[in-house]
Amino acid sequence: MEPVSPTIPRKQRLATVWLAGCSGCHMSFLDLDEWLLELAQQADIVYSPVACDRKDYPAAVDICLVEGGVGNTDNLVLIQQVRANTTVLVSFGDCAVTANIPGMRNMLEGADPVLRRAYLELADGSGQRPHAPGIVPELLERVLPVHEVVPVDVYLPGCPPSASRIRAVVEPLLRGEWPELSGPDLIRFG
Amino acid sequence: MKACLRVCTAASCRSRGGASLQHSLSEAVARAGLEHGLRVKGVGCLGPCSDGPLLAMDADPKAQTQLYGSIPVADGAQLVASLMEAAAQHTLAHWCPAGGLRIDLNHPFFQLQRRLVLEHCGQIDPTSIEEALAAGAYRQLERVLQNNNPAAVIEQVRRSGLRGRGGAGYPTGLKWAAVAQMPGTEKVVVCNADEGDPGAFMDRTVLEGDPHTVLEGMAIAAHTVGASRGLIYVRAEYPLAIARLRTAIAAAQGHGWLGTAIAGSRCNFDVELRVGAGAYVCGEETALMQSIEGKRGMPRPRPPYPAERGVFGLPTLINNVETFANLPALLRLGLETYGRGTKVFSLTGHVRRSGVIEVPMGTSLRTVVETMGGGTPAGRSIKAVQTGGPSGGCVPAHQLDTPVDYESLQSLGTIMGSGGMVVMDDTTDMVDIARFFMAFSREESCGKCVPCRAGTVQLDNLLEQILDRRATPEDLEQLESLCRMVKDTSLCGLGQGAPRPVLSTLRHFRDDYLALVPVETRR
Amino acid sequence: MNLYSLRIDDHDVAIAADSTVLQAAQEASIAIPTLCFLEGLSAVAACRMCLVEVSGNDTLLPACITPVQEGMQVHTATPRLQDIRRTLIELLFTEGNHVCGICVANGHCELQNLAVEVGMDHSRLPYRFPDRHVDLSHPLFGMDHNRCVLCTRCVRVCDEVEGAHVWDVGWRGEHCRIIAGLEEPWGAVEACTHCGKCVEVCPTGALFHRGDTTDEKHSDPARLQALMQARQQQRWNP
Ligand SMILES: Cc1cc2nc3c(=O)[nH]c(=O)nc-3n(C[C@H](O)[C@H](O)[C@H](O)COP(=O)(O)O)c2cc1C
Ligand code: SF4
Ligand code: SF4
Ligand code: SF4
Repeated sequence: MEPVSPTIPRKQRLATVWLAGCSGCHMSFLDLDEWLLELAQQADIVYSPVACDRKDYPAAVDICLVEGGVGNTDNLVLIQQVRANTTVLVSFGDCAVTANIPGMRNMLEGADPVLRRAYLELADGSGQRPHAPGIVPELLERVLPVHEVVPVDVYLPGCPPSASRIRAVVEPLLRGEWPELSGPDLIRFG
Repeated sequence: MKACLRVCTAASCRSRGGASLQHSLSEAVARAGLEHGLRVKGVGCLGPCSDGPLLAMDADPKAQTQLYGSIPVADGAQLVASLMEAAAQHTLAHWCPAGGLRIDLNHPFFQLQRRLVLEHCGQIDPTSIEEALAAGAYRQLERVLQNNNPAAVIEQVRRSGLRGRGGAGYPTGLKWAAVAQMPGTEKVVVCNADEGDPGAFMDRTVLEGDPHTVLEGMAIAAHTVGASRGLIYVRAEYPLAIARLRTAIAAAQGHGWLGTAIAGSRCNFDVELRVGAGAYVCGEETALMQSIEGKRGMPRPRPPYPAERGVFGLPTLINNVETFANLPALLRLGLETYGRGTKVFSLTGHVRRSGVIEVPMGTSLRTVVETMGGGTPAGRSIKAVQTGGPSGGCVPAHQLDTPVDYESLQSLGTIMGSGGMVVMDDTTDMVDIARFFMAFSREESCGKCVPCRAGTVQLDNLLEQILDRRATPEDLEQLESLCRMVKDTSLCGLGQGAPRPVLSTLRHFRDDYLALVPVETRR
Repeated sequence: MNLYSLRIDDHDVAIAADSTVLQAAQEASIAIPTLCFLEGLSAVAACRMCLVEVSGNDTLLPACITPVQEGMQVHTATPRLQDIRRTLIELLFTEGNHVCGICVANGHCELQNLAVEVGMDHSRLPYRFPDRHVDLSHPLFGMDHNRCVLCTRCVRVCDEVEGAHVWDVGWRGEHCRIIAGLEEPWGAVEACTHCGKCVEVCPTGALFHRGDTTDEKHSDPARLQALMQARQQQRWNP
């Protein structure tokens, strides 16, 4: 992989995306606290559930942190847009890297058994299968880690990754360098 | 007229009614009161299984031996009547049972064989020790016991270059010497008759057709290495071989060729059967020994080798059926005549004449497949020949002049293996073949070590993905590197060999793989 | 005592002739990763993590059972070995269901630590999400097959140290699983003495104390070694 061009005069365009995950990774992102102010000086946040109002994924994004596995049709459309419009795609947190907790439904083997189990078998009496085409996205048969759907450039595991871990990835990327991740503080799952 | 009808009652012909043919012929002969002129006997494999059920006729003078195939099994009486009529009219030489076909014994399929291991197979009644003895069984054992010079036997085996026929090809002389030099008087000789490779039935053929040769080989080995206990581990899927072995062991004991003070010598050696439950991995020698001990059949690392610590912790000699069956011939013929010896193959797949053949070591694959096997049935061209089963690889058509020996096959990325030989014509998709064997290894892995247990699953899934045209060039790279990893890191031969069908087809037929990778994913 | 000298990476080591390569490496403070191996139990060489290269030998050898030899040159961390180890760990992660974030052993798990050690920040092989079960039939302990790496430490400790042989391996290949008794619920196996040794030696969160929740399982395999030593020396008060 070619390194990101080392000197970048302009402000970086940063995005964060939330797929099938609990948003814990984004909470951890917010734990960056005052460093967020520094971040805001170095980068424009162009798309994010926690830091931007925009509804459509923009073009020409430099760095995108993707939280969550790919679990439904909306996730699938979005991750493809992200890949097409992003230079550095960061798989952000264990759900993105391994499918993790959302992936536990894969053991039931298929979307249908999952819905049946959740909405009928475990319901107390008045169970009903949700069905609202065009409004509620359909579940995919399996939740997949992001890199099993589109190519990923940087992996940032953790459930959630700590704020310092996030910073250890984002900081070098902003400088146009690849982060060097190793050791329990930076790549331990969980 | 004096004649003998030999009916093949080994597994393949039996499945086509060989046993009922024998029965209806015997009945017809008895009813016609012809017993002293016309003898009917069941024998082991007659060779070209694809033409079964097979029937051989030896009419006096002895030279007149004929072989017939595709015999209608139901009506023995009619067959016998027409035979008697032909005999009366002196037209026996042109006789053929109605509905059957005459098989030309001058065909290269027969002429190019050299039968050492299978010498008596198909000739003698395997349930009769008298016939075996008349054919020379146990004479080499007797000689070995009389000479009582184990070192000389080991030296002869070593110099013959005999290598284990069970797949790994370890020099038999070295193995014998290692067990012989172990201290102590309690040693074990084990015969590996697990034969689990799909498409392999050489050992079964030997056991069903001539069990005494195997027992004699084991007894020679036992005397040579100083063992008194023998075990034959045979898979439960071979009921006929088991029955024949039981009969043979009891008869050999009765005639004093097994038991105490064999042939008046000080040699004591007895043989027991152990029936395996059909796990392929139990053919691996360390797993086999665990299984004999009643434990879960899982390979363990070597060393210690069975020679040092084998069954029940005792020094153990373990050889394959065919390896043992080579000994009487080797000792009888002497080094020079024995030469490089032979190899038994089960020839199957897209080939006109399939069956069990024994050829001189070094015969070219082309000779075996095209000249002897008659090439592909539909007149299509041969694409490859697979040897070595799930641990083996393919030889592409343009390399068919390769001689069948351990080194040549290995240099092509395959192995001699135990003797399965599958011919594939140009309609064959090599990725399919690779997947077939990988799926086999995946199911048969014992699950002990990580690369084999989990790696074969990933490899099988990758192959499925390729066959479904869902793979990218990166997936092909991953397939290849994971193959190497599983091969280099697995604990036993099953895992180490499982990637070979893939690596070999990638080497010789990469285009078959590339054709399955969708164009849009290629770089 | 007969000593052999050998070279491991760039350290010279002299060690008793009946030692293994793993012991020699430990002597030289060279860490070779292991998973199924546990001092005090028989070595089975099943996980293949401790494979090393030995000069002049084409095959990789498991350090845990390979005897040292005079003049041996051992390489424990070549790029080839590092890639193999990472692949092994990926194979283990993808064949089970390891959800570290909610695991009792999170933060104290040997598998998790090995993933860090081999630099696994993601799996290059696809996850398989097998359908596995949890056995909560024992009054004190639980068994979560999703997290089992089939190292057989539990099988060996229960058989070799506790003498109860509650555990064994059932089925084969990918269908292998640890079974209690004759494939019974653990709680129904009367041979179990409730000693907890299997829980103690389990490298992952597969065997755990009931009531333990996320991050709460702290195994201490050193206790096994202390026990073995006490038994050997017949000294029970350290
Ligand atoms: C997975 C596996 C299966 C095997 N199956 C057989 C078998 O069915 N019969 C056999 O003779 N050897 C088999 N072997 C080879 C044996 O381990 C051993 O090498 C052989 O029995 C030794 O006898 P030999 O030296 O006469 O060949 C197998 C090996 C492996 C790794
Ligand atoms: S290579 Fe396969 S069959 Fe052999 S020990 Fe390992 S898991 Fe078992
Ligand atoms: S608690 Fe003790 S006796 Fe029970 S299974 Fe575990 S090691 Fe065996
Ligand atoms: S339960 Fe634990 S100790 Fe037992 S095999 Fe599984 S991972 Fe190993």
